[in-house]
Amino acid sequence: MIVLDKRPQPSRMWSYAAPVLAVVLTMVVGGILFAALGKNPVEVIRTIFLDPLFSKNAWFYRPQLLIKGAPLVLIAVGLSFGFRAGIWNIGAEGQYIMGALCGAAVGLAFYPMESWLIFPLMIMAGAIGGALWGLIPGLLKVRFGTNEILVSLMLVYVAESLLAAMALGPLKNPEGMGFPGSRNLSQYPSAANLELISGSGMHWGVVAALIAVIFAYVLLARHMFGFQVRLAGQAPRAARFAGVNPARMILICMGLSGALAGLAGMFEVSGPAGQVTIDFNVGYGFTAIIVAFLGRLHPVGILLAGAVMALTYIGGGIAQSNLGLPAAAISLLQGMLLFFLLAVDVLTNYRVRFSNRVAA
Amino acid sequence: MDLSAINPILLLASLMVAATPILLAAIGELVVERAGVLNLGVEGMMITGAICGFIIAVATGSPWLGFIGAAIGGAMLSLLFGVLTQFLLSNQVATGLALTLFGLGLSALMGQGYLGIRAPSFPDWHIPLLGDIPVIGPIVFQHDPMVYIGLLIVASVWFFLNRTRGGLILRAVGENHDAAHALGYHVRRTRMLAIMFGGACAGLGGAYLSLVRVPQWTEGMTAGAGWIALAIVVFASWKPGRLVLGAYLFGGVTVLQLNLQAAGVAVPVEYLSMSPYLATIAVLVIMSAGRAPGSLGRIFHAAR
Amino acid sequence: MKRRTLLASGVAAATLAMAGLPALAQDKTKVGFVYVGPVGDGGWTYEHDKGRQAVEAEFGDAVETVFVESVPEGPDAVRVMQQMALDGADLIFTTSFGYMDQTLEVAAKFPDVKFEHATGFKTADNVGIYSARFYEGRAVQGHIAGNLTKSNIIGYIGSFPIPEVVRGINAAYLAAKAVNPDVEFKIVWAYTWFDPAKEAEAANVLIEQGADVVLQHTDSTAPQAAAQAAGNVYTFGQASDMAEYGPMPRVSSIIDNWAPYYIARTKAVMDGTWESDSTWDGIGAGMVGIGEITDAVPADVKASAEALRDAIAAGEIHPFTGPVNKQDGSVWLADGETADDGTLLGMNFYVEGIEGDIPQ
Repeated sequence: MIVLDKRPQPSRMWSYAAPVLAVVLTMVVGGILFAALGKNPVEVIRTIFLDPLFSKNAWFYRPQLLIKGAPLVLIAVGLSFGFRAGIWNIGAEGQYIMGALCGAAVGLAFYPMESWLIFPLMIMAGAIGGALWGLIPGLLKVRFGTNEILVSLMLVYVAESLLAAMALGPLKNPEGMGFPGSRNLSQYPSAANLELISGSGMHWGVVAALIAVIFAYVLLARHMFGFQVRLAGQAPRAARFAGVNPARMILICMGLSGALAGLAGMFEVSGPAGQVTIDFNVGYGFTAIIVAFLGRLHPVGILLAGAVMALTYIGGGIAQSNLGLPAAAISLLQGMLLFFLLAVDVLTNYRVRFSNRVAA
Repeated sequence: MDLSAINPILLLASLMVAATPILLAAIGELVVERAGVLNLGVEGMMITGAICGFIIAVATGSPWLGFIGAAIGGAMLSLLFGVLTQFLLSNQVATGLALTLFGLGLSALMGQGYLGIRAPSFPDWHIPLLGDIPVIGPIVFQHDPMVYIGLLIVASVWFFLNRTRGGLILRAVGENHDAAHALGYHVRRTRMLAIMFGGACAGLGGAYLSLVRVPQWTEGMTAGAGWIALAIVVFASWKPGRLVLGAYLFGGVTVLQLNLQAAGVAVPVEYLSMSPYLATIAVLVIMSAGRAPGSLGRIFHAAR
Repeated sequence: MKRRTLLASGVAAATLAMAGLPALAQDKTKVGFVYVGPVGDGGWTYEHDKGRQAVEAEFGDAVETVFVESVPEGPDAVRVMQQMALDGADLIFTTSFGYMDQTLEVAAKFPDVKFEHATGFKTADNVGIYSARFYEGRAVQGHIAGNLTKSNIIGYIGSFPIPEVVRGINAAYLAAKAVNPDVEFKIVWAYTWFDPAKEAEAANVLIEQGADVVLQHTDSTAPQAAAQAAGNVYTFGQASDMAEYGPMPRVSSIIDNWAPYYIARTKAVMDGTWESDSTWDGIGAGMVGIGEITDAVPADVKASAEALRDAIAAGEIHPFTGPVNKQDGSVWLADGETADDGTLLGMNFYVEGIEGDIPQ
């Protein structure tokens, strides 16, 4: 009988080795799957994991990693605070939508006026929109004790309906031949979140994601708030004695994660996506939850996890186009990668022991 | 505008059919959550059930075998979730989301080659005598068997949870797994069984779409039904009786707005479609703290 | 390959691509397809992919086709198109309205690659647009529907209130009205292109409210199944033939047939005669196929429907021929006047006789 013993401290060795092991396992099982689909497994694995970084077109794919990864990292960093403190905001998708809607609405309100003030205003609107949407489950939890997991999830659907209503109604492009969707913000200079250096993939959202990672790192490692967050998650009762106000903690974590998700949405809608459309959201908010866990809720880990996740999307696209792999195989592979990462994580937090005694 | 065109009898009758897939998926998830486990992978299990059921029904020509296959398929997929969360102690939210991703991919791969094929037909039951009762007959007693099986499952779950020892144990495990463990109950075994039941029900719900409602296989055909099922469980505040109400309400909003549109009433569709979710939040607030299963979503590890 | 040479070749490829030279000398013509849904959707994307397969069948080894499915409209579309262009595609079909701005953006970077954008309205030197005059098929459907209906109520499942769909409703209504002055249209908007459960619901609602013919502008077969369950209700296949539901309830269909166009445009690229244009073809050119009219339709109706189809194909009859008034009673087309393409493309009004408002 196999028995798990909780480690007093997560294993340092395994916290580095586990992700590597998971990726290797994914490659092996994924390879078998691809072979079963009649593809050359080595070629497929190489295309997905290495071509985006080291092929002749890598100069193009590498910036794409930033574009695809930035929103994931930005949202995941925000979520990681709450997750550490035991506050489960799983509605980042909704906050992402609301940030995009608020940011875009502010930008479109000024159209076609040109001013350097518009973009900063949009950033503020995006952050506030996301933060307010995130604060709703927070406030309800503080005031009525409702479960924030469920309320934040419900608010995703509400935000999605609102997005559709906006794309079909108030934010619809008056010159769009009646099709749903707003004006293209990336073609409106004062509101556009363009690449800072052409061809680099660096836009303000990437900058914001990097700042968020550094900021979170410092906060968690050096600041009182970081200490309180960790304490609240690990020992809620001790945290209370240490003077942590649980209500304040909930509101800060929900507001912060909402604001960062809102920012991600705002940078996306004004830059890479350009428009508010009915299905503007493509699941970044949910994928970011996975990224946060893959990164072990650690800012640097999240950065790496975001990059790996982006890699599978980009490599997956290349594999589809060059090797004729169905899109379904990619999402299967992503699911597998997550399963293995979650599974081997047990080694980080628990010690595996063989015992003769039959466990209860 | 011509509201008289809306036939309330037919409206209610079609409501029962429309609500069936989400009701099936939701009753499974209800049991899972009552056992203290939050499985966000309902959508993935539903669509896997949809394709498993479709493949088997086409191969055997029997929709009944298809439904059984769908239940097994959904349960198998949920087993993956169960092993990860119960034995390898992974986070339930992340694992559930991964399960949805995995299920959508898996079903699409399995479904290649099943496009444009029709499922064997699954005729309605016209229940003798009962089906002939005026007004009530057509509403209640002239549907396909799965509608009744769905309701039967809900009733059985109610009975199981409230009237049997097994149900008591399951609720105890969900409310406080440490206490349940201290009392000598098998927390993990209970939860694994609940998770598999949830998977089987989600599979049935998916197969209802691919075998009865559409009835055909197309990728992504559940189109978010699994997420609605999650919402209904919360709306029902984890009570089987209210679950039926919730499923009819969620299904009803769609049916009603389509009816109003057809009758020529200008409806703000998008705003109407968010109303059930707002209602769910309101329910959560009204019933206030402490009513969700106490251990919902928390990892159980028996300290020894 | 060493890292440095990798980088060097990357830069070289970049320079080549940016300078608009062919990236690689090649013998095969490479054609890329960007799909918005999975090829297994049985509708819109499925038919585009059949077009792609027709290109392969036509030219054999002289072409290579690649595709990426389920590409969200936004930065992912930009990445996929650019990746295809970098990998040597000569011609890229982007098959969703939402790819419009992205297609133009990528096309500007690759002046030597030809792009074809479906259903849009923006062109460039290397971007052509194409769409089908589905309303011609709608007129044939309306003709059959007007003859078949006994309740004089025809149900219509709309997807989104956009000109494409409104045009179809108007065309079907005018044709139905011409053969049956008492006909009435009941229109419901599903706000989705594909959601089987909702479409089934919409069909049921229409049938319950007395419709005995249901036309659909959504892609799943769910309405067909609903009609079959209801018994005496006629339907028409949409996007695909949906022949498996014939002879009842499906009595005919509109088939998106992209194959002739895709083959012609690929040929043009091979011959070096490709020029940007805007194609809007109908039944005549074979882009809109009318599925077999089954024996459930009385022989005289079938004959007159086929006559109408042939007359439209030959250009003798235009589905929008005056006198036609707008819904508010104002004159749109004078006697004998036919609608111009500009008005049709942006159509946002019902013709006289249709009740209700187009949702805004």
